[in-house]
Amino acid sequence: MKIPVRFIASRSAFYLFTAWAAITINFFLPRMMAGDPVTAYMQRNAGQISPEAERSLRILFGLDQNSSVWEQYTGYWQLLFSGDLGRSFSNGLAPVGDIISSALPWTLGLVGIATIVSFVLGTATGALIGWRRGSRADVIVPISTFFSTVPYFWLGLIAIAVFSSTLGWFPASHAYDKGSSPVFTADFIGQVIAHGALPAITIVIASLGGWILGMRNMMLTVLDEDYITVAQAKGLPNRRVLWHYAARNAMLPQLSSFALSIGFIVGGTIVMEMVFSYPGIGKLLLDATNAKDYPLMQGVFLIITMAVLCANVLADVAYAILDPRTRQTEA
Amino acid sequence: MTTAENLAGPASVGSPEPETGRSPAATTPPREKTFWSQLASAFAMFRNPKSLTGLVILGAFVAVALLGDFLAPYGALEKDFTALRQAPSWTHLLGTTHMGEDILSQIIYGTRGVLIVGFLAGIIGTAIAVVMGVVAGYTRGWRSESLSAVTNVFLVIPGLPLIIIVASQFENPPLILIAAVLAATGWAWGARVLRAQTMSLRNRDFIQAARANGEPLHRIILVEMLPNLMAIIASSFVGTVTAAVLGLTTLAFIGVIPITNLNWGTILFWAQQNGAFPDFWWWYVPAGLCIAILGVALSLINFGIDEYVNPRLRSAGERARAMKKKGLDVNATMTVVRTVETPARRQAGNTK
Repeated sequence: MKIPVRFIASRSAFYLFTAWAAITINFFLPRMMAGDPVTAYMQRNAGQISPEAERSLRILFGLDQNSSVWEQYTGYWQLLFSGDLGRSFSNGLAPVGDIISSALPWTLGLVGIATIVSFVLGTATGALIGWRRGSRADVIVPISTFFSTVPYFWLGLIAIAVFSSTLGWFPASHAYDKGSSPVFTADFIGQVIAHGALPAITIVIASLGGWILGMRNMMLTVLDEDYITVAQAKGLPNRRVLWHYAARNAMLPQLSSFALSIGFIVGGTIVMEMVFSYPGIGKLLLDATNAKDYPLMQGVFLIITMAVLCANVLADVAYAILDPRTRQTEA
Repeated sequence: MTTAENLAGPASVGSPEPETGRSPAATTPPREKTFWSQLASAFAMFRNPKSLTGLVILGAFVAVALLGDFLAPYGALEKDFTALRQAPSWTHLLGTTHMGEDILSQIIYGTRGVLIVGFLAGIIGTAIAVVMGVVAGYTRGWRSESLSAVTNVFLVIPGLPLIIIVASQFENPPLILIAAVLAATGWAWGARVLRAQTMSLRNRDFIQAARANGEPLHRIILVEMLPNLMAIIASSFVGTVTAAVLGLTTLAFIGVIPITNLNWGTILFWAQQNGAFPDFWWWYVPAGLCIAILGVALSLINFGIDEYVNPRLRSAGERARAMKKKGLDVNATMTVVRTVETPARRQAGNTK
């Protein structure tokens, strides 16, 4: 296979540009805010911090008023490259990087699994509905659309009310039972699964509709193509035509919307983690927002954006491997 | 204005096959074109059962928002301390909150907040999408590339976290600001679709002809292209409104935007804050259902537009159903042989 240099170069340029834009937005966010974070922090801890400490705090947070915005901007980049995301106001000045890295695995594990399950399940269902076009299976489309237009937090709260408070099947909140600490034992893993089941199921239910609809619409278009007729005329079994000829090609747009939807999934995570008090990255952002903890907000937003970008890079690579046309037409 | 329009594009409004020869139309018009017939053809994408159902439901919500003062039995924040947390009854059709406020009235007044922000965001977002998408699609070279790069950046940057951060900066954000922020994070998808469609229109004959005639750029875009983009613009508008409604209610529920802006999300915020879950179902079920019904209505409108843009989506199902009536199966490999009886065909379908 020839390496499509031009394609790789243009995609890399785009991602570098996006990363730069995101980091720059991130840099200006706290500087656009009414009042500066240090003054807000001082007010909350009135009398406990001396003026000298305030000055050192400002330098620490990169909000030194004696330096120009450009100096602050370059300083911000230097700190980023050395892996320093600053310190969190609301967590006793603990490094933001440490706080995020303790929350990230929970989100990645739960939302990652739920998203993949939803994608696979939705795409397969969509393919089948498209194949059996005009049959009773079409009813699934409006039903799943209803669940994806229901606000997620409402769905989550009702799920808690029914399955947790009333039926008592699942625990209502947190990632594991109170009093236990993260260790690799069968008991702990069982707790994690029990606590993660309800959030994961609600995420799948809420996001299934989009995948089903997209795949079904694409299948209807693909099934009209000549190569499907040829495949059937050759006498290939239906199962082979469905999965190896139609679904394989109809899946391509699904992949690119998978990449795009990751941003929305992250949004959904925030609400999910709030409703289920799940100790992930979304709850961290909400807590930081409520506490006006700007370094933490910045750090979380940066990590979320970078995660979305990475997922997009992966989806792009997958797309380029699966669909030779993208490599050719871009060049 | 009218003669110019008759001469130019709108004959092709929304039709899949754009009318290319324009001069004969000027001399011998095939059909009397009035202002009203043109207006009707501009809304052709809504003329199907799905879109119409959606529009009717949406219209009902708009009517509730407009007539809220007449419909609401109580004031939105009118407290009745003798009736706290009451289940639905004839005096309070949807029950009361912990402060004795009538929930039906809150939902009726909340419709306004939802629809105003939703439509404002839709208008702002669609305007940005049209400008960015059409210009990026029509121009070539670095202008097109840079506009599409900006679009892609907005597509990738996660919206909700950004909205939360921006909205938390303001003590009391006005409605227009909330709508603008929701629009700023929601326009990119529409711009991308519009860019792709404009790029394909750019090389069609009737656009080439307009360019050869020396029509100015703004005229080519406004008169020749926009009518052909109406279906996509409408679908992008509906999509932005849907996202904005969900975004607004989510933000209100999280508590990022102030509770003075009454909407369905605010009701759910109060419900959760005051322990309505799971016992006081009348407090949280109706508001969530309203959001869902509005969302379904907007999705239905978009389904209709999708079927208008891509007729296969509808015809595939109809064709399959018609074949089924004749006792045929769309996926059977030997459908052509009609004389063969059903068992034989089934056998043919099962053999490898």
